[in-house]
Amino acid sequence: MNIIDQKISTTQFVSEQLNKYAEKVNFTPDTALIEALHYLEEKGIPNNKHEDYKYCNIEGILKKEFKGIDNKYTAISAASANKYKVVEDCINVFIINGKFSAELSDVSKLPKGLTITAIAGAEKSLLVKHVSQYAAANTDAFIALNTAYGGNGVAVHVEEGNSIKEAIHIINLVSAEGNVFSNVRNLVVAEKNTSLSLIETFETIDLSGKYFTNHLTEVILEEQAIMDSYRIQNECDQAYQVNTTQVHQHKNSNYTTNTYTFNGALVRNNLNVVIDGQQAEAHLNGLFIAKGQQLVDNHTLVDHQQPNCNSNELYKGIITGKATAVFNGKIYVRKDAQKTNAYQSSKNILLSDDGTINTKPQLEIYADDVKCSHGTSTGKIDEEAMFYLKSRGIGEENAKRLLMHAFAGEVVEKVKIESLKNYLEELITVNLK
Amino acid sequence: MLSIKNLKAEIEGKEILKGIDLEVKAGEVHAIMGPNGSGKSTLSSVLAGREEYEVTEGEVTFNGKNILDLAPEVRAREGLFLAFQYPVEIPGVSNINFLKTALNEIRTYNGQEPMEAKDFLALIKEKQKLVELDGKLANRSVNEGFSGGEKKRNEIFQMAILNPKLAILDETDSGLDIDALKIVANGVNQLKSKDNATIVITHYQRLLDYIVPDFVHILYQGRIVKSGGKELALELEAKGYDEIKKQFETV
Ligand SMILES: Nc1ncnc2c1ncn2[C@@H]1O[C@H](COP(=O)(O)OP(=O)(O)O)[C@@H](O)[C@H]1O
Ligand SMILES: [Mg+2]
Repeated sequence: MNIIDQKISTTQFVSEQLNKYAEKVNFTPDTALIEALHYLEEKGIPNNKHEDYKYCNIEGILKKEFKGIDNKYTAISAASANKYKVVEDCINVFIINGKFSAELSDVSKLPKGLTITAIAGAEKSLLVKHVSQYAAANTDAFIALNTAYGGNGVAVHVEEGNSIKEAIHIINLVSAEGNVFSNVRNLVVAEKNTSLSLIETFETIDLSGKYFTNHLTEVILEEQAIMDSYRIQNECDQAYQVNTTQVHQHKNSNYTTNTYTFNGALVRNNLNVVIDGQQAEAHLNGLFIAKGQQLVDNHTLVDHQQPNCNSNELYKGIITGKATAVFNGKIYVRKDAQKTNAYQSSKNILLSDDGTINTKPQLEIYADDVKCSHGTSTGKIDEEAMFYLKSRGIGEENAKRLLMHAFAGEVVEKVKIESLKNYLEELITVNLK
Repeated sequence: MLSIKNLKAEIEGKEILKGIDLEVKAGEVHAIMGPNGSGKSTLSSVLAGREEYEVTEGEVTFNGKNILDLAPEVRAREGLFLAFQYPVEIPGVSNINFLKTALNEIRTYNGQEPMEAKDFLALIKEKQKLVELDGKLANRSVNEGFSGGEKKRNEIFQMAILNPKLAILDETDSGLDIDALKIVANGVNQLKSKDNATIVITHYQRLLDYIVPDFVHILYQGRIVKSGGKELALELEAKGYDEIKKQFETV
């Protein structure tokens, strides 16, 4: 095992380890690679002095929890992987220990117009056109790390004019001994006049050490593309995840994303949506249950660059134990983005005295003819309702469960896939215990 | 069934119940009347176990058990039911799911198996008819967007499902028109048996034309100042509360 040398910085240490274990799969453009290395050298992995990571001192976490990194992954059998196929009638795709597994995935006969491959194996022209064109390596350390050392996630490509009926379910599983760190890189391209549903789940199979995964997904929606997406984060309590989704929307496209965070020591989501075409719509929904010592940090950005677009955002959080949660929602409305409608709402319930929630809506509006609003509320459980339920014979635990399901309901209702909805209901129940 | 002895309770340091004595036996209907602010809802809240109220003296036994130390849900499982004066709205919790959870917790407490879904649905249908509750309301969120009358009927509906030993109806009649009042009264009467008892709290004697009490008690300023048979309600109606106030007012 390699131990952090007191003389070198955390960033240097992590970079050296990643360099050692990284598969040399080349699909990022050289310019981005250079930018990434520059950024890391100059700015490094952020700590709490960095405005965007104020409550999320990742440098500190790495220094404390990842004194050594040895990337000793253990194999995952098909039998144990298949248990995570929880969504009915979908195309299951596995990312095992940070790498796409063609063997376990249902990619042999895909519907017409759909291609799913390891990202490095995607069509060259697709990679050249899109990779690193949206997630800029000189804006964030985790984009930079992923750009420099990004491993083999998947590329999902829907060709023009195709509607993919079955949902695509990307299942991320990890099994390891000791400490591991991986960068997973994905690309989703929906060409003109297409539609798709994408579910990503994140789970741990077996772990004796700790693991850090730095996911980066670039999503491109061309004209008239419709995407309905879900992210379900339910890793073990020794898992650390930074998950960046960089979305680029063209004219008339419609992007919906639902982020459900249940488990994991650290979950930091950077969800950036750039609306770069008229009459486009973005819907960002989130639900998190933060408990124990968890740190759940959702940063979202909706960047309205063009006129006549709508965005709508709803994040709900339940915080209990000693958990810390963060919601930071930025909305930019650029000078040209007249007639923008942008709404944002964050509602939270604090179930314990030791839990913390930090919310910060940030609206920067440079156009004058727009409708924008934001609201944030944090409350405790409704005692009147609790008493009413108890007065009917319902015990504390079930009463809380009913009320929390009701609170979460607003976000779960939006799930369009029935078996996924049931799975989420189950996860909510389990995670409220 | 229920025995209240010298019950005193306060909220925020203010004494509201100043020594209540009441005996209720199986098969009986008791009415508690009294002007606004005399402590009727406080009494029902204390019996149901609302924690904001502090019991400073006295005891309450229900089926031989001292219930003041029991959590509200345990009291309910023992067979106590309170129809609230102001039922709360609980958005997102379906009436059906709520009732199924409640019924099964009560059954489990009493050593019974949870009810089969099919039997539960049949029970719902039957009791819905009893209080003439629109089937749609049963499927909606608890009390959300219900009219005043619908909320009250929903209370009786819940009571019908949970089948308590002792039901306390806190001004279930207020805000009801005469038709709704009859429906509610009819529901209560049909649920009456020799094994259960009802305490009807009301401001007006009107309801007592339909739910005929065996005993009437007048609660005023935290005390039961007068008890009698059903004729006491009529007397009160004729003379009004002013008489009572004059006679029993303590400053
Ligand atoms: N939560 C409370 N805080 C302070 N005073 C209260 C509270 N609830 C009731 N009271 C007081 O207790 C008294 C009795 O109220 P209540 O039991 O509601 O009377 P009733 O139901 O007979 O109209 C009133 O004076 C009322 O103001
Ligand atoms: Mg009252």
